[in-house]
Amino acid sequence: MNATRKALAAGLAALSLLAVSACGSDSESGDTNEVEVFTWWAEGSEKAGLDALVKVFDEQNPDLKFVNGAVAGGAGSDAKNVLQSRLQNGEPPATFQAHAGAELTDYINAGQIEDLTDLYEEKGWNERFPEGLLERLKQDGGIYSVPSNIHRANMLWANPAVLEKAGIEANKTYDSLDAWIADLKKIKAKGIIPLSIATDWTQVHLLETVLLADLGAEAYNGLWDGTTDWSGSEVEAALADYSTLLSLTNTDRQGLDWPDATQLVIDGQAAFNVMGDWAEAAFQEQKKTLDTDYTAVPVPGTEGVFDFLADSFTKPVDGPNPSGTEAWLETIASDEGQVAFNKAKGSIPASTTADTADFGAYQQTAIKSWAEDEIVSSVAHGAATSVNWLTDITAAVAKFGSNNDAAELQEGLVEAAEDNKPE
Amino acid sequence: MSSTVPGAVKRPGRSQQPRRPKGRRPGGRGWVAPVLLILPTVIVIGVFVYGLIGSNIHTSLQDRHNIGPSQGFAGLENYRDLFTDDDFIYSLRNLLLYTATFLVGTLCLGFLWAWLLERKARGESLFRAIYLFPMAVSFVASGVVWRWLLNNAEGDRASGLNRLFETLHLDFLQNPWWTNERWGILAIAVPAIWQLSGYVMALFLAGFRGIPEELREAARIDGASEWQLYRHVIFPQLSPVALSAIIIIGHMSLKVFDLIMAIAGQTNYTTQVPATQMWIEFTRGDYARSAAIGTVLLLIVAVLIVPYLVSTYRQERRR
Repeated sequence: MNATRKALAAGLAALSLLAVSACGSDSESGDTNEVEVFTWWAEGSEKAGLDALVKVFDEQNPDLKFVNGAVAGGAGSDAKNVLQSRLQNGEPPATFQAHAGAELTDYINAGQIEDLTDLYEEKGWNERFPEGLLERLKQDGGIYSVPSNIHRANMLWANPAVLEKAGIEANKTYDSLDAWIADLKKIKAKGIIPLSIATDWTQVHLLETVLLADLGAEAYNGLWDGTTDWSGSEVEAALADYSTLLSLTNTDRQGLDWPDATQLVIDGQAAFNVMGDWAEAAFQEQKKTLDTDYTAVPVPGTEGVFDFLADSFTKPVDGPNPSGTEAWLETIASDEGQVAFNKAKGSIPASTTADTADFGAYQQTAIKSWAEDEIVSSVAHGAATSVNWLTDITAAVAKFGSNNDAAELQEGLVEAAEDNKPE
Repeated sequence: MSSTVPGAVKRPGRSQQPRRPKGRRPGGRGWVAPVLLILPTVIVIGVFVYGLIGSNIHTSLQDRHNIGPSQGFAGLENYRDLFTDDDFIYSLRNLLLYTATFLVGTLCLGFLWAWLLERKARGESLFRAIYLFPMAVSFVASGVVWRWLLNNAEGDRASGLNRLFETLHLDFLQNPWWTNERWGILAIAVPAIWQLSGYVMALFLAGFRGIPEELREAARIDGASEWQLYRHVIFPQLSPVALSAIIIIGHMSLKVFDLIMAIAGQTNYTTQVPATQMWIEFTRGDYARSAAIGTVLLLIVAVLIVPYLVSTYRQERRR
């Protein structure tokens, strides 16, 4: 009898444990003055940027409480997985970070985020952001996010001392990839790494700038809306250039990430590196001066084109605190928010009205190009394509990195376009 | 991984049915206590293992290739897609190569070490600890170190093992390791073997210790040579141990994921296996395809595990 009772008690205890764990998640919501902001900005300059934003937010909205919902790890992929399970379970945060542009397609199609077109008109944001950007942000006629910052992807970083050593003029500019490739070969002959590169996504990044250089902005845009033929000879020629460029890079690319590749240029082991302008932060951290210790110019053949990517914030459907979400979005769009965030993160404001007088030397050049250049969307960073399409492109590029088969790369890219092209 | 004493090594002999306590009437409420005791386990395993396996198989049969809800029933379409996809076939081939290398490597090294230690080598406990230690390190932690050791740079920029080869003037041994398209996956097996050989050694050592000394003496008296002794007396006694080792290492190997993520990252082509592809598909929101890969993986592991479970079950009933 005693044993039975003990067993009963044990069984009940175990069951009650289950019951407790099942209830645990329900008791969180309640306070409506909380604004949970979901990001993958958990460290470094990104965390500094977020902190600066929160400061502005708190000043503008003393009655609201910011809740940091950041999830670290995997360059955002871990955060995206967590976010997706929350959205599917009907527990969205007040707002979440996403790359602006086509990367939002899946959320829009799944009905998980709201169209902000009315909010843009009501708040007068249409006048604050450049038209080219708004055009790139539009999907199915609506705008679904508010951009917090702008990065430029088509940047070429160089070490003048290394170029000199290889007998090449330090501030030489190139009209086309061909002229540049000729010099890269000269550098290789001197036993220096001509172009540094890292793991798969940086290779997609390089490919994107090569496509942009060889096809031009219009045909490049056509790749994403179906008006440029992926199987055509222009793409084939661009892929040949990409193949040549890849053969002029460091062989240990698969084991490196972008900071390692940029570091090769900083340390003088490599002459050039193609990377987005977050690389500027790496040069700044090591107290390098623009135009003496390093140079930053658009990738040859992409002069006058701004290959942009942006982080942005959304308004989830059925969010816990709609007015809190709008308050956060307003902070993002405000000049104070744009300036505070971008100064800390090292990017440039998306709005053209923000006061950027005391931004750094490189950022000034980027701000100028942002206002003047033609704007196109980056692939490697989610502005031009859906997540699915980018995953397929990355797989094809990664495969090319190991087998060097340009025909197969083109086949893979054609297939990726067919599977993912917007109707 | 957690079951350090495999079932087949040596079981404590089952004692006879315990006598019913005095004063307890047969046919009473004797079943209530046991049922209540196992009920929580049954519920938890039922929901979180079998329930989720069922739900996974259900997802794999849906037309659900983005984060939205399912677009309807797709039958075996997802599986057909998988097996006509060259990249998936390549990942299966990688998995096969990896498992074969991992198994052969750990069994050979593990057996060799156990055999050496069994011959009463000096400092046995020290060596046992040294060989067993790598197992205590997580795959992710060792993966970070091996990422550096297996760096594929050669010449000036060589580091890790390639640098070692260069310093020793064994330059011809420098190789691209895991970035080689055909054999890259074998480089991933190197750290895996390093980590698990000690464990297999421990299994074999337990097996050796379980063989009564009388058997060896009897064989020697009968005039068996040392080789004959091993061939006809020791090896047959060790075969259940070897089987356990194959099952344990085999199912670990088939599920390899963390080591590859730490060394090569998820997008690297040369080290694709079904588990990394499952992760990529899941991350991009292609839930049906991800679930299909998961199911295939489960079936592959089942092919290895189920016969083993059946045979242990039969053995136990025979006793």
